[in-house]
Amino acid sequence: MPHFAIIAVSILFDGLAYAMFLFITSVGLSVTMGLMGFVNLAHGAFAMAGGYVVVTLTRNFGIGFIPSLAIAAVVVGAVSVVFERGLYRRLYKATDLEQVLLTIGLAFMAIATATYFYGPIPKSVPLPLWLQGDINLGFRSFPSYRAFLIAVGAVLISVLWYAFERTNIGAKIRAAVDNRRMAESVGINVDLLFTLTFAVGSGLAALGGGLAIQLFGLSPNFAVLYLVLFLVVVAVGGLGSLKGTLLAALVLGVFDTAGKYLLADAGGFFIYAVTVVVLLIKPAGFYGRE
Amino acid sequence: MAVSDTPATIDRTQARERAAEFLQRRHRFQPAEALPWLIAIAAYFIFPDRMTFGSQVLIMIMFALSLDLILGYAGIVTLGHAAFFGIGAYTVGLGAARLGWTEPISGLFAAAIVSAFVGFITGWFLLRYRGLTLLMLTLATAIMLQEAGNLRSDFTGGYDGLPGLAFQPLLGLFDYDLYGRANYIYALLALAVVFYFVRRIVYSPFGQALTGIRENVRRMHAVGSPVHRRLVTVYTIAAGIAGIAGGLFTQTNAYVTLTVFDFNYSATVMVMLILGGTGRLYGAFLGATVYMVLEDKLSKLSPTFWQFGIGLLLVLAVLFARRGLLGLLEDASKYWSKNKKVKP
Amino acid sequence: MTAALEVQSLNRSFGALQVTSDVNLTLERGARRALIGPNGAGKTTLVNLITGVLKPSSGRVLLNGKDITSVSQADRARQGLARTFQINQLFRGLSVLENLGLVIGERDGHANNLWRPIGTNRAVLDEALDHLESLRLVDDALKLVRELPYGRQRLVEIAIALAQKPRVLLLDEPAAGVPSSESHLILDVVASLDPDIAILIIEHDMDVVFRFAKQITVLVQGAVLVEGSPDEIMNNEQVRAVYLGQHSRHGGGSGG
Repeated sequence: MPHFAIIAVSILFDGLAYAMFLFITSVGLSVTMGLMGFVNLAHGAFAMAGGYVVVTLTRNFGIGFIPSLAIAAVVVGAVSVVFERGLYRRLYKATDLEQVLLTIGLAFMAIATATYFYGPIPKSVPLPLWLQGDINLGFRSFPSYRAFLIAVGAVLISVLWYAFERTNIGAKIRAAVDNRRMAESVGINVDLLFTLTFAVGSGLAALGGGLAIQLFGLSPNFAVLYLVLFLVVVAVGGLGSLKGTLLAALVLGVFDTAGKYLLADAGGFFIYAVTVVVLLIKPAGFYGRE
Repeated sequence: MAVSDTPATIDRTQARERAAEFLQRRHRFQPAEALPWLIAIAAYFIFPDRMTFGSQVLIMIMFALSLDLILGYAGIVTLGHAAFFGIGAYTVGLGAARLGWTEPISGLFAAAIVSAFVGFITGWFLLRYRGLTLLMLTLATAIMLQEAGNLRSDFTGGYDGLPGLAFQPLLGLFDYDLYGRANYIYALLALAVVFYFVRRIVYSPFGQALTGIRENVRRMHAVGSPVHRRLVTVYTIAAGIAGIAGGLFTQTNAYVTLTVFDFNYSATVMVMLILGGTGRLYGAFLGATVYMVLEDKLSKLSPTFWQFGIGLLLVLAVLFARRGLLGLLEDASKYWSKNKKVKP
Repeated sequence: MTAALEVQSLNRSFGALQVTSDVNLTLERGARRALIGPNGAGKTTLVNLITGVLKPSSGRVLLNGKDITSVSQADRARQGLARTFQINQLFRGLSVLENLGLVIGERDGHANNLWRPIGTNRAVLDEALDHLESLRLVDDALKLVRELPYGRQRLVEIAIALAQKPRVLLLDEPAAGVPSSESHLILDVVASLDPDIAILIIEHDMDVVFRFAKQITVLVQGAVLVEGSPDEIMNNEQVRAVYLGQHSRHGGGSGG
C-alpha cells in the first residue's frame, strides 16, 4: 500500500477514535446547554470523576473494565442530579458570567478533591486482555483499544440517535430545545426533562472520562485541560444538536490528529484555527440556532 | 426671583439643583479614594523585604483594572484576556532580548501600542458575537497565540523562557536593587498613571455609554448608539493596559515564558475581579490584593487546599456575594448608617 | 410635501409564516395615527420592521423621503426615528437623570468623549432636567429606575424617546402595564406632544385611541384591513366584526 495511503488511514483511524471520545464526552454538554442555556464548566469534572471511579473499581475492587465503565456512568449520573437539583437550578436565570464562575469554582473544588485522594500523578487502568495489543489488518496493525473506542462510539451514536429521533422523550427534548416556552405551554415538563438529560449527559461524560484513561492517562487536571476541547466541540457543533456534536467531533478530531501527524509541533494549532473559522462563519455552530 | 414663583416652582427648582449638583460632584476625588494608595505607600515601608511580591500585586491590579473596563463596565465576557498580557510581556521581552531595547519606559509604551493594536484587530472581528461564541473565539485566539509562540520557540524562548533579560535603570537614575524596591515604586507610579486615565474614562460620557451597553444593549441600538464601535474602542484600550501590565511583568521579573498566555491567567484575573467586585474600579485593587496575599500564604501550606478554597470562595461569591467584597462592604456600611439613624 | 415616514409594500415572512403582508402606511408631519388590531396581528413586528430591528423580505421604508430600508437600527435612530417598547427597555441600574443624560449624550455625540466628566457638561444636564420637568419626573431624578413604580418607569421610557428629538415617534402600547390610577399621566403626555412630530401609536385601549388619533390603521394577520378617520373606522362593518366588537365604548347599536 502506498505510503501516503497508510498515513491517511492511520489519521482516519486515530482521528475517528479521538472523535468518538470527544463525542461521547461532549454530547451531554451540548444538549444541556441547548436545553437550559446553562454554561456548565464543571462538565469536565464529571468526566474526571468517572475516570477516577473506574480506576478505583478496577484497581481497588478488582471489578472488570467494562462493568466499571457502566457503574461509573450510572454513579456519576446519579450524583449529578444532586448537583442539578441542589445548586444549578438556582442559577438558570443568572447571567452567563455567574454560571461560568460557579461551575469553574466547582471544577476547582473537584480537582483539589481528586488531588487529595489520588495524588497528582497520572493513573492508568488495567485493561482486559482482549483490549490490549493490536488487530493486524495486513498493511498495518491497529491498537485494539482504539477499535473498541470506535465501536463503543458507533453503538452509542445509534442508541442516542434512536432515542433522540424516534422516541417520545427524544421528541420532547427536541421541542424544548427549539422553543422552551412553547414546549412548556403544551404540557411538557421541561424541568424533569432537563434533570433527565443532565443525568444522562453527565453519565456519558463519566463514560468518556473512563474511556480516556487509556488514551491520555488520568490526572486531576483532566477536568480543565480537556474542558476547553469539550467547549470547542459544543460551540462548533451547535448547542442542543446531536448531529452537530457528532459532526464537530469528527471534523475537529480528524483535523487535530492530522495536524499532529503531519506537523508535529504545530499540532495544537489546528483545532483552534478550525474553531475560529467555523464560528466566524456560523456563530451558532454547524447546527445551532441563531 | 420672578413674581410668578410659587412655592411649588421654588421646590422644583431646588429639586433640579440638587439633582444637578449630585451629578456634578460625583466624579470628584473622595477622601476614601486615597486609602489604597496610602496602603500601597505604607507597604513600601512596612514590608521592605516583600517588594518583589508587592510589584506583582500591583501588576495584577493593573491587569484586573483592564479587565474591569470590558467586563465590569461594558459587560463583555471573554476568556482570552491573558492574550494581551502576554503580548505586552513579549513585546518587552523580545525587544530586550532580540533588539537590545532595554529602556523601560519606552518599552512599556511599545507594549501598550502593540497590545492595543492586536486588541483592535481581534475586537473588530470578534465583538460582533456574544455568549458562548465569544467565549470560545477569545479563548481560541489566546491559545493560538500561545501555540504560535511555541512554534517559533527558538525565537521566543518557548516555555523555557527568554534568558538573560536586563533592563536599564529608570530614567538612567534608579538602580534595581536586590530587593526590588525601585521596581515597586516604578510599578506603583505606572499603576497611578494608568488608573488616572481609567478613572477619567469611567466618568466620561463614553464610560456612561459603556454602562448603557451593559445595562440594556437593545435600548442603546434604539437610541442610535454605535455599539460595536464603542465596544471595539474600550476593548482596544483594555488590551493596551493589559499589555502595559504584561510589559511590567517582564521588566520586574527580568524573565518571561509562554505561560503568560495561559488560560489560567485569564481565569485568575476574572476571579480576582469578581472577588473584589466588578464595575467599581477599586474592586480590582481589593480583589487582586486579597487573592495574591491569600495565595501567597495558603498555597505554600498546601496547593490543594488553596485550590479547593478558591473554588469554594467562587461558589459562595456567586451564591451570596454577587457584587464581591466591595459590594459586601457597601452593604455593611449602608446597614450601619441605617442603624445609626435609628438611634435617637 | 414629503411624508415624514412612508412604508411601501412591506413584507416579512418566517419560513412559511407570513407575518407582514404588503403593508403600505404613510405618516405626514404632525401625524397622529393609531395602529390597532387583534393580538398577533403583527403590530409590533411592523414597528420592528420600520425601526430596523427586523429586515423585511421585500418592500421599502422611507424616512423624510430617504430610503432607509438597508440602514441599521442605530443609524435610523440618529436620523430622527425614535420608539418606545411594549415592555420598558431602560437602564434600570442607573438613575432617571442618567438615563436621560445617556440618551442625549449619544444623540449629540458627547458619548465619543472619553475625557471630560459627565457632570461638567451643564448643557446636557439642563436639557435632561428640562425633559424630566415636562414629564413631572424631577423629584425622581436621582432615583434608580428599578426603584420606581411601573407607571413612572413608563414615563421615563417616553422621556427617553423624546430626548432623541425625533421627527417620527413610534409608541408601542405606551399605557400597557400601567395601573389605571396612573394611566392618565401617560395619556396627558401623549396628548401634549410636539405637534410637529409624526406619531404612530399602537394601542389596545380604545379610550386612548379615540382621544388621541386623527387617523387609524387596522392591521389584521399582518395586512392592512382598512384605514380612515376614527368615525369611519368605528362604523366600519368589517372592523367591528373582526375587532371592535364588544370593546366599542359607544355601544353596538349607536352610530349610522
